[in-house]
Amino acid sequence: MSPQNHQHAPLRLADEADAAAARDEAESGQHRFDEIIADDSRIEPRDWMPESYRKSLVRQVSQHAHSEIIGMQPEGNWISRAPSLKRKAILMAKVQDEAGHGLYLYSAAETLGTPREDMYDQLYSGKAKYSSIFNYPARTWADVGAIGWLVDGAAIVNQVPLCRASYGPYGRAMVRICKEESFHQRQGWEILYSLSHGTQEQREMAQAAVDRFYGPALQMFGPPDGDSPNSQQSMAWNIKRFTNDELRQRFVDMIVPQVEALGLTLPDPELKWNEERGHYDFAELDWDEFFAVIKGNGPLSRQRLEHYRSARDEGAWVREAAVAYANRASQEQDRDRAALIGA
Amino acid sequence: MSSSADSSTWPLWEVFIRGSRGLSHVHAGSLHAPDATMAIRNARDLYTRRNEGTSVWVVPADAIMASDPDSKGGYFESAQGKSYRHATYYTQSEGVKHL
Repeated sequence: MSPQNHQHAPLRLADEADAAAARDEAESGQHRFDEIIADDSRIEPRDWMPESYRKSLVRQVSQHAHSEIIGMQPEGNWISRAPSLKRKAILMAKVQDEAGHGLYLYSAAETLGTPREDMYDQLYSGKAKYSSIFNYPARTWADVGAIGWLVDGAAIVNQVPLCRASYGPYGRAMVRICKEESFHQRQGWEILYSLSHGTQEQREMAQAAVDRFYGPALQMFGPPDGDSPNSQQSMAWNIKRFTNDELRQRFVDMIVPQVEALGLTLPDPELKWNEERGHYDFAELDWDEFFAVIKGNGPLSRQRLEHYRSARDEGAWVREAAVAYANRASQEQDRDRAALIGA
Repeated sequence: MSSSADSSTWPLWEVFIRGSRGLSHVHAGSLHAPDATMAIRNARDLYTRRNEGTSVWVVPADAIMASDPDSKGGYFESAQGKSYRHATYYTQSEGVKHL
């Protein structure tokens, strides 16, 4: 409310009235928000929402977007070296999808009031986080297969429940992403299948790739539930629907028959079916490594960020030129219009 | 930060896609682009990579006016309690054909 509306009231009273109005609004807003969450309905961009909900979503959605953008790098490196023209075309389509997914997610985050440029800058400065998995290198062509099968596979298990996230734009972005992601997983599995049914050397290459990516892929679900302080609040808000450990278990149960179909094995001697639980038991993961990678000490943490920065810096002139062109075109249009009116 | 170009932010466009002939355009999402031509091209690349559309509209996001979400549903309440606007309100004709 602007001060002009209270010209006759002492300023202090006006402030108090404003504060009271804001309190009322927050109270009724919170009430409505709680109702929507309790009904398992959706919050939309212009709805009142608690500041903590907004902040938590901006963090999650922008991190997710950054992961898609950085996620182009490990596979992008392999486009020029893919073993056939068809494989190149497939890989390009996949990398283009990752860019698209990043953009859907930035759009969703933007509806929460954070400008796109701010998010780009946070990634550029190294302040923003992204999924640690992308700080691992893709050493061989088989790694490209393992990334598709295991990394995209884990992402799907994580993302399918996010299609029902309480924030409308996030859920809608996830629906679109999930539809596209299953091609990624299948193409990865097929790369590994071709290799595991090839020469002895190819078979070993496939097994080595699975060995490298198994642990990091399982860590994509985040730390164990006991060490995941944000999870509970996120579940209370219907953003997250299952705990990290639940999703990890679901993923392990899913990939065991898949690795058997490949004729390969998972690098975990403790992996075995537990009749009582109706799930596979598996060994504790290397969480020291996980936290080290999160802190920026992953094998390629520095290189990934440097590559992002140089791509952004080197593309700056293109963005500038596009703006200059658009500005000139609109000026010319204005001039033409003025000339018409004058005539 | 990276460069001065980042201060001249590209405007936001809302994208609407016609899934196939005979259907209306439906909101697909949004994107940033310097002008309408680029917005349409980017929309094609971003939202129709798998034959999702036969036609694209882009609208500057700031040209869209919206109803006030704070009206707490009151704005749409006049439709409530008016079941007589629906065919199911009228029951005497039950059993009478084509009515």
